[in-house]
Amino acid sequence: MTAPLPTRADEAFRYADIKALGEVWDDLGPPETVEIAAHKSLQQTWLPSGDPIDVKRARIVIEQGAALELYALNAADRYGRIELDVTLHAGADFAFRAANVGSGDATLEVVTVVRHVAPDATSTQTVRSVLGHKAVGSYLGQVAVAREAQKTNSEQDIKAMLLSREATANAKPELEIYADDVACAHGATVGELDAMQLYYAAARGLPPAQAKALLLEGFIGGLWDALGEDSEIAALARTRLRELTR
Amino acid sequence: MLNIENLHVATGDKPILKGLDLDVPTGEVHAIMGPNGAGKSTLAYALGGRPGYEVTDGSATFAGKDLLEMDPHERAAAGLFLGFQYPVEIPGVSMLQFLRESLNAQRRTRGEEELSGADFIRLAKEQAGALGLAPDMLKRPVNVGFSGGEKKRAEMVQMGIMAPKFAILDETDSGLDIDALKAVGEGINRIMRAPDKGVLLITHYQRLLDYVQPDKVHVLSAGRIVKSGGPDLALQLEREGYAEVVA
Repeated sequence: MTAPLPTRADEAFRYADIKALGEVWDDLGPPETVEIAAHKSLQQTWLPSGDPIDVKRARIVIEQGAALELYALNAADRYGRIELDVTLHAGADFAFRAANVGSGDATLEVVTVVRHVAPDATSTQTVRSVLGHKAVGSYLGQVAVAREAQKTNSEQDIKAMLLSREATANAKPELEIYADDVACAHGATVGELDAMQLYYAAARGLPPAQAKALLLEGFIGGLWDALGEDSEIAALARTRLRELTR
Repeated sequence: MLNIENLHVATGDKPILKGLDLDVPTGEVHAIMGPNGAGKSTLAYALGGRPGYEVTDGSATFAGKDLLEMDPHERAAAGLFLGFQYPVEIPGVSMLQFLRESLNAQRRTRGEEELSGADFIRLAKEQAGALGLAPDMLKRPVNVGFSGGEKKRAEMVQMGIMAPKFAILDETDSGLDIDALKAVGEGINRIMRAPDKGVLLITHYQRLLDYVQPDKVHVLSAGRIVKSGGPDLALQLEREGYAEVVA
């Protein structure tokens, strides 16, 4: 039995492309379940499926002392959604590095709920969006810290770069904290390519499109530092950025 | 090599350069000195093609070509190097990647073969070494976290890598301590002192000229060259001040 199709009145779907979602809704299975056993660590990379509508959902449980490093590139042509519900037990660590890279009429979103239910866990979410044409890129992220989850350390670092006047970025980091000894940071910025950086690159010989692509690579490049610049996700992101600036 | 005639440049609606004439022959180093607000940086940016610096009249030719017709990246490929007074920081892009892509873009524009990764690294290390810049700095993001002196040394490393025909150096000496000033001065001589090259040094102070001996010194005031002379003119300016010499 399939759940009813969400509407935009649903907070987690307020920026979603409901029409596109409707086209795949009946075929979507339940969210994938990922469990990291106590004291284990896992690294995962999510690449775009290549389909115009690409919805990925996961319920993730990170047990005591375990760690998950998740890298994701959200770059569907029409609608891309990455939806995570993450629960962190004592001393667990969740690192999420994701990019929305879109152009045309694409709607790309990252929607996360990170639940700190026990002490001493850390979560860091770094999301970069690069949006051209009429693309919409969103981040909706909730961090919920339970009363027991003292010494929680969480960070949401969200930045978007708009390449056209008609592109849109939404960022909504949200904190719900019931413990009193926690460090929860969040920041969100939306900007454009810096004219002086572009000129500096041009003065060194880079044609405009190449200069833009290089600056954008720098903007999201830090996300994949741990994987190296030759990793598949870094190479794919680079290709998408070059398409965007052509 | 660089011929400028009756150059008028405005930023916004404000005229800054008002009929500037300058001729730097091949093989020479010329210095432009002048008080704050005279239009020194405007000259550098106008020659470098920075958007917002509008040439409203006059001409500038470089090696026989109309410089003002070219896009900034084409000017670089033609052999013009602009040393920035305030080198720009580019987070997330390593100096090596930035320079390799820039150099190869120039070479492609000129119809030359690209430099291989290994050849480029060798060239970059050699130039960094010559300027006393730790090679590890080249792995860092462009100018990010560099001190003022390191940024200016890095500009000279960039110049050494690009090996331009002509360099316009906008206050490359500002913010340098004595050691860095000496290193930068030696760098300019080593890279640019050649019979087929030329340099336009823009500076406030005489001190860089102790290391880089100019063939000619020009005084820029209120948007025009008001006085030209030999190296002695710089010493006279230092002694007597701009107000006295320009009057």
